[in-house]
Amino acid sequence: MSIDTTTPFSDATGDIERKRRIGRAFVAICFASTLVGIVALVALIADVLYESWGWVTWEFLTYPPSQSVDYFLNGTRGAGMYPAIVGSIFLIALTAVFTIFLGVGAAVYLEEYAPENRLKSFIEANIANLAGVPSIVYGLLGLAIFVRAMQLGASLIAGALTLTLLILPIVIVSTQEALRAVPDSQRQAAYGVGATQWQVTRDVVLPRALPGIMTGTILSLSRAIGETAPILMVGAATSMFVAPDGLRSAFSAMPMMIFEWATLPQAEFQHVAAAGIVVLLTILLLMNAIAIFIRNKYDPRS
Amino acid sequence: MSVDTDQGVDITDSGSSINNRKNNFVRYVFFSCALVTVLTTLGIILVLVQGSIQFFSEVSLIEYFTTTNWSPVIEPRSYGVLPLIWGTLMITVGSALVAIPVGTATAIYLSEYADPQVRRTIKPTLEILAGVPTIVYGFFALSFITPIIQTFFPQTGTFNAAAGAIVVGIMIIPMVSSLSEDAMSAVPDDLRNAAYGLGATKFEVSTSVVVPAALSGIIASYILALSRAIGETMAVTLAAGMAPQITGNPLEPIQTMTAYMVDIGISDVSVGSIGYQSLFAVGLTLFAMTLSMNIFSMWIRSRYREEYQ
Repeated sequence: MSIDTTTPFSDATGDIERKRRIGRAFVAICFASTLVGIVALVALIADVLYESWGWVTWEFLTYPPSQSVDYFLNGTRGAGMYPAIVGSIFLIALTAVFTIFLGVGAAVYLEEYAPENRLKSFIEANIANLAGVPSIVYGLLGLAIFVRAMQLGASLIAGALTLTLLILPIVIVSTQEALRAVPDSQRQAAYGVGATQWQVTRDVVLPRALPGIMTGTILSLSRAIGETAPILMVGAATSMFVAPDGLRSAFSAMPMMIFEWATLPQAEFQHVAAAGIVVLLTILLLMNAIAIFIRNKYDPRS
Repeated sequence: MSVDTDQGVDITDSGSSINNRKNNFVRYVFFSCALVTVLTTLGIILVLVQGSIQFFSEVSLIEYFTTTNWSPVIEPRSYGVLPLIWGTLMITVGSALVAIPVGTATAIYLSEYADPQVRRTIKPTLEILAGVPTIVYGFFALSFITPIIQTFFPQTGTFNAAAGAIVVGIMIIPMVSSLSEDAMSAVPDDLRNAAYGLGATKFEVSTSVVVPAALSGIIASYILALSRAIGETMAVTLAAGMAPQITGNPLEPIQTMTAYMVDIGISDVSVGSIGYQSLFAVGLTLFAMTLSMNIFSMWIRSRYREEYQ
């Protein structure tokens, strides 16, 4: 910063007044910028609620989709996103099973077992890089490996495996943080009574870190449930009229249905898409609320 | 927590060796889990390179990178990727024009001016923006942003680059603001107090002391946010359209690399056709761009980081 040292006293009051004005203008600009993000969020939610008003009905949650927009209207036969809702729930449940096993396993290895060597830093750098890979690239990976090479087809399990690889880096990092928060004295105490490393991990570290692990995993799964691009590349269907009934069955998912409706030319389908978004965001909100509840209830610091 | 003392204090030889064997087995299981992440990276590279090799055995690299017409599925076919790269760059630059000024000013406000209570409320609220599914942003662009643009510029079509750039910009504001705020909060108060001692105003401290001291973290946040904008898919597919062209007019439709991949993904392109192979060539181009930006961001952070005690 440049402080004017030539005339320190002659025009001090004017100078201070000018600096005050600059300061006030600067705060105003920064505060206005902060409001931009918040206003955008409010506008987004208001827009979705306004467009979907009257379109989220019980029939919308319990009937299969229809090509004719009239069926979606309240009071008519009924059309909705039932197969996509069930598809998304199955997809996320499967993803959760794979993710918890692989994510916790990898994090436990890195935090509890791995010696501080080049292999460990390589794996950690690799995980950081994977977190920055665009989700559609994971879709290509799933398409080539799970759908084609392993011949799983455009199935529920291929979609779940693809989403697992997508969120694995986030789950590993959040689980590592939860494991790191377990005080070392507790490990030492267990070693002191003769426990092996596996016993220490299973009986001391994991129970203590469980709330943190759950919070991180649920938050990651709530990201997976809104992902469209990877399951689109894997081949999730938009015109599914029944819920999936097995690991190998074709499936639809909520974001796929929303994408389909949003691209249809009839203006009424904008309302149907908005209704789908309301359902998706409600489920997201629920998952986040559960995660925050677990954190607040079991966090030893609070 | 309960320590299983029955096994834990077993000091007989046989007991320990069973425990040791179990311990080693578990170690390998956990190691394999960690290995999955390495295999994922290898898998991505392998899949993209293999598909690209098939593509480039029929299309020359020179045609791919120098010609300006992209139409790999519809006759007459041509394979110049530049329109897709141009579309991606328009979205990236446009979103940067939104997110960098707004995100940086937000970070300065939160770090230097807001009281802790306000910061604790606003920061997570802004981070909700990053958690909203991108398909929702696409819908928001179509139903809210584009109509607003159309009231000012009536010739704007349903699909236009500007709406895509604006929603992607909104989406990455929290990446810039949160990461930059972290970097600014890490600047020690000693530096601020030293500047105040010299008679600096709060404005001067913020812009001439805190921002330069946190610059590596701030720049790294910009690059990460831009890398996210490059890979952003659903919002730009819905908002910016499916028309690969090189245009300087943000009110016209364009097509990004990611939107092209969606276009092929939802159409019935047979496996092994040139259209299918082009997915992997475009995917590799995209992957190379985001990977180099992510590595650049990490390098800046580690190279220029100021360590404070």
